[in-house]
Amino acid sequence: MDQAVQPQAQAHVHAPPEGFISKYVFSLDHKVIGKQYYGLALVAVFMGMILSWLMRFHLVWPNTKVFGLELLSKNGAPGGVITPEYYLSLLTMHGTLMVFFVLTNAPFAGFGNFFLPIQIGAEDMAFPRFNMMSFWTTFVAFLVLVTAFVIPDGPPISGWTAYAPLSAIGKDAGPGLGWGQTLWAISIALFCIGQLLGSLNFIATTLDLRAKGMTLMRMPISTWAWFITSCIGLLAFAVLLPACLLLLLDRVAGTSFFIPSGLVVSDRLQNHSGGSPLLWQHLFWFFGHPEVYIAILPAVGIVSHVLTNGMRKPLLSAKVIIYSMMAIGFLSWMVWGHHMFLSGMNPFSSLLFSFPTLTITIPATIITLIWLGSLYGANIQINTATFFSLGFISMFVTGGVSGFFLAQPSIDIYLHATYFVVGHFHMVMGVAAIFAIFSGTYFWFPKMFGRMMNEKLGMVHFWITLIGAYCIFMPFHYLGIAGNVRRYASFVDDFMPGLMPLHKFITIAALITGAGQLVFLVNLIHSRFRGKLAPDNPWNGTSLEWSIPSPPPWNNFGADHPIVYHDPYQYGVKGAMGDFVMQTSPEKIENEAT
Amino acid sequence: MGKLLGVVLAIIALVSAYPIVTHKYAQPIDISTHGHAIDEQLGDTMAEAGLAFVLSQLLLGWFIFKFTNRGQGAKVFHLKGGAKMMVVASFIFVGTEVLALGVLGQKAWAEVYFTAPKSDALQVQAQAGQFAFYFRYPGPDGKFGPLHPDKIDEGNQNYFGLDPANDVEARDDVVAAELAIPVNREVHLLMHSKDVGHSFYVRELRIQQDFVPGLDLSLHFTATQTGHYEILCTQLCGLGHYNMKAYLNVLSQDDFDKWMKEKVSEQ
Repeated sequence: MDQAVQPQAQAHVHAPPEGFISKYVFSLDHKVIGKQYYGLALVAVFMGMILSWLMRFHLVWPNTKVFGLELLSKNGAPGGVITPEYYLSLLTMHGTLMVFFVLTNAPFAGFGNFFLPIQIGAEDMAFPRFNMMSFWTTFVAFLVLVTAFVIPDGPPISGWTAYAPLSAIGKDAGPGLGWGQTLWAISIALFCIGQLLGSLNFIATTLDLRAKGMTLMRMPISTWAWFITSCIGLLAFAVLLPACLLLLLDRVAGTSFFIPSGLVVSDRLQNHSGGSPLLWQHLFWFFGHPEVYIAILPAVGIVSHVLTNGMRKPLLSAKVIIYSMMAIGFLSWMVWGHHMFLSGMNPFSSLLFSFPTLTITIPATIITLIWLGSLYGANIQINTATFFSLGFISMFVTGGVSGFFLAQPSIDIYLHATYFVVGHFHMVMGVAAIFAIFSGTYFWFPKMFGRMMNEKLGMVHFWITLIGAYCIFMPFHYLGIAGNVRRYASFVDDFMPGLMPLHKFITIAALITGAGQLVFLVNLIHSRFRGKLAPDNPWNGTSLEWSIPSPPPWNNFGADHPIVYHDPYQYGVKGAMGDFVMQTSPEKIENEAT
Repeated sequence: MGKLLGVVLAIIALVSAYPIVTHKYAQPIDISTHGHAIDEQLGDTMAEAGLAFVLSQLLLGWFIFKFTNRGQGAKVFHLKGGAKMMVVASFIFVGTEVLALGVLGQKAWAEVYFTAPKSDALQVQAQAGQFAFYFRYPGPDGKFGPLHPDKIDEGNQNYFGLDPANDVEARDDVVAAELAIPVNREVHLLMHSKDVGHSFYVRELRIQQDFVPGLDLSLHFTATQTGHYEILCTQLCGLGHYNMKAYLNVLSQDDFDKWMKEKVSEQ
């Protein structure tokens, strides 16, 4: 057997890394790249959170100085007081950092890179060099984006959706819309290239590099989620990339893809004609809505994976969850127009877009009910990873039901562009996805770094985050129902004084909850160096990542190529090691469901 | 700790629902003929989605309460009916909801978008630009003068780019910074943007529509109560976005006629 395996082991996709740079910087190892993505997301999430703090602070104490802010932007915050345009810069950068560099990077590229090859029994990604390129392109995209903070013009003010022609005209349209917006477009175009390389790699790896016995249906739900997400990503980023290039051309080469004729901006008749602002909206949302699923499907996968372990029993049906994720992935292509109900698009198409949007609730409900139904009769373990998964279900439900309002054009007439929308997408795409990232972190940290995280600190972090997130984002819905408009730097409208106490409550909750995240950061850093050494399988897990050392060696499985004998979630059965049987264990299971 | 999580989730659900049930934060009064259909739809959705929210959270809380930490080796078991029951339940409950809300509930949308404005509707042109709305009435001749973007000159208050020297129809056009309309008469708003994207939102009218540069869009509505209401821009349009607003001034027919007469004499 050794001889049979030997030639394959030697034919490893790349040699063991030597030296600091090839080991930790320009590494071909999917595990290092996964950690790099995660690290980048961590930097981005703390930046994004601080930006949201500044926004919330400005909304309720508009004239209070923020100590030291004038050092970051002399024009944006003279004397430490945020100007309306700088508020919009913060808003744009917050959205862009969070959606692209956090919600896409961490659950998909971060965990996916580290665990997808291991969960299917591969030694690495199919194209390690592409993989390295994918991260470093993303890293450059990040640098280009944050450069906007330090240029004199400041960051763009057109929001993360960069609606044309505001984003296309150039500096005539306002501060930040000169170089700031150009950097944004370059950054996002680069980001798309990184994601396309990553998605291709995920797909090829999943289809070609599975270990013996690892049939498609024996892949863990998390792997399925990454696989489906990469299929979505391949199509979605392939549309956003040309959209950003066209935007760049409009900005720097004098083309008019998104700018119609006859516009008078800053008292100047613009020298453009023939373009369509709706074209940008269609291209952007054709990417933008599937992007929501790029953020949330890996989260669904991670939570299903962690929860099954934490319940000590299989889900009612993993297959139904996988099929539902496919249905969501498929339907995600037919719903983009629900962002554009009021855009002047043909009102009949609004109804057409509304129906699949409402329909997508069915597979999402199936997934939720499977989780709920599976909890019945479980033996739920008390640990931070499981608790964050349970919290995720709660958030997923909350964010899901509010989608039901916005999916209906007739209600959207009233709620569009209000805080209700902000509440909705923060709940489901922001907080829920971040709960899944936390859940995945507490669950997989021991495997990634070979040390356990501190459970006590983890629980403190969980409670602050659960209660804090509800205190912040639930009131957004109430504000929206009252007609509070979003993206306002200051609330000058006659009806706003009555709503200000609620805004103050949200800001205080945001400051506390944000500060609570330091508990997580401290736990992460402390555990990385001082945490208890982790055993190979600290959670009594069944999938392949738990069959190798923590942290895994550079070639994952060494010379022993894994052979897979079972479905991934053999919990609640009588096995040699306890109430579970690992995928790699050749022992027979009575009445094994297939 | 599991029991605590179960209880906390239940409390979160009930506390979250409280302001909704007690209408602490509600829509402002409705002054439009179509608004009741939107409010009704919002109410129905709130009832269904709200119930789904509270029930799921309570169920989640209860299961967590009951099934956490049952001790090493506790026997786990499956819900009778399994995944099949969940799939069927989803299709039945959500499917009905989708059909009910998605198909039957489009009345309000249809009222706003699928009906043509009446022939005697008052035509008003609305122009959005960074960071103000302007409104134009055709004047006594009932005709709008043509627009010339190159003639726009805000310093000289030529917001629309009119050319009264050459265009006869433009000479009597009335331009105002507020939208004055008569009560109980349909208004046909002809919308265009001068520069970037904007939006027209009047909470009390239950109406919201984007201005898209390069597109001539229109909207029609009837206000049923006199009064002063805010018109807000809801499409991010630049640094002054938060401050881009105008007033909708709903007047009795007599007051409106008086207002119009004054404006015409000012031209």
